[in-house]
Amino acid sequence: MNYLTRWQRPELSGWQGVGPLTDLRDEIDRLFESPLAELTRTSQLLSGWTPAVDLFEDKDNFILRAELPGMKKDDIELSFHDGSLSISGERKAEDKFQDAEVYRAERFFGRFQRTITVPAPVSADKIKAQFKDGILTVTLPKTEEAKPKHIEVKVAD
Amino acid sequence: MKATLQKEQPSTGNQNQRQEFVAPPVNIFETKDGYVLEAEMPGVNKQGLEITLEGNEVTIVGRRSNEPWSGEPLFRECQRADLRRVFELDPAIDTAKVASKIDQGILTLTLPKSERVKPRKITVND
Repeated sequence: MNYLTRWQRPELSGWQGVGPLTDLRDEIDRLFESPLAELTRTSQLLSGWTPAVDLFEDKDNFILRAELPGMKKDDIELSFHDGSLSISGERKAEDKFQDAEVYRAERFFGRFQRTITVPAPVSADKIKAQFKDGILTVTLPKTEEAKPKHIEVKVAD
Repeated sequence: MKATLQKEQPSTGNQNQRQEFVAPPVNIFETKDGYVLEAEMPGVNKQGLEITLEGNEVTIVGRRSNEPWSGEPLFRECQRADLRRVFELDPAIDTAKVASKIDQGILTLTLPKSERVKPRKITVND
């Protein structure tokens, strides 16, 4: 599956429900990271953020959920092309706190883009999307051909 | 000492059933009138939000409204755990006037400073 890997900010890995051992391992990993990997990280940092995505499959649909807290509905762009669903948009920082003193800045702003390859054919014209509580839910109905079929197999004795 | 610091405190929410929480990312700003805290809590609505002021601490808990899934997961990146984070309050904050709202997964907590709080001089006795 060729979806983009979610990039995790190194400074956040410590408190995302993982123990001190994982922290230590991360530290060691970081020590051995090549300069090239560091460069990729930096460029990603400058270009924006990567929202977390879930993909589910049931009998009739693929259901995609993306965490986009703080986005506005109109700033989310969705497109479906050639079996891939693209979600992109921009989360804008509010400028009303521009003169304020910043104590913590852990949130990411800017553009994001994710492309998810849907593993079976879907009816592109029946794709539905909903945005609620900062979560985007996209329902992609499978085409008739892609739905599982029950085929009786008769076995001759 | 910085005022609104996060306390190093493990989640002690429920003793009987061990609950796992993750800490939401926050932005905190200080203006002359007070503090503004923004926390990312996707999947949390007004009903799932619990804000507790106790002593000099504010605890924010966000319980995600988990819709039942009929399907099978192909990949999962979103955290399932509920969110929790504790902050120590600047004594200058007027706790009676703390206000909060949640909109599209962003909790905004407004913590105004008390009108009475002014720098004071303390005289040292011999």
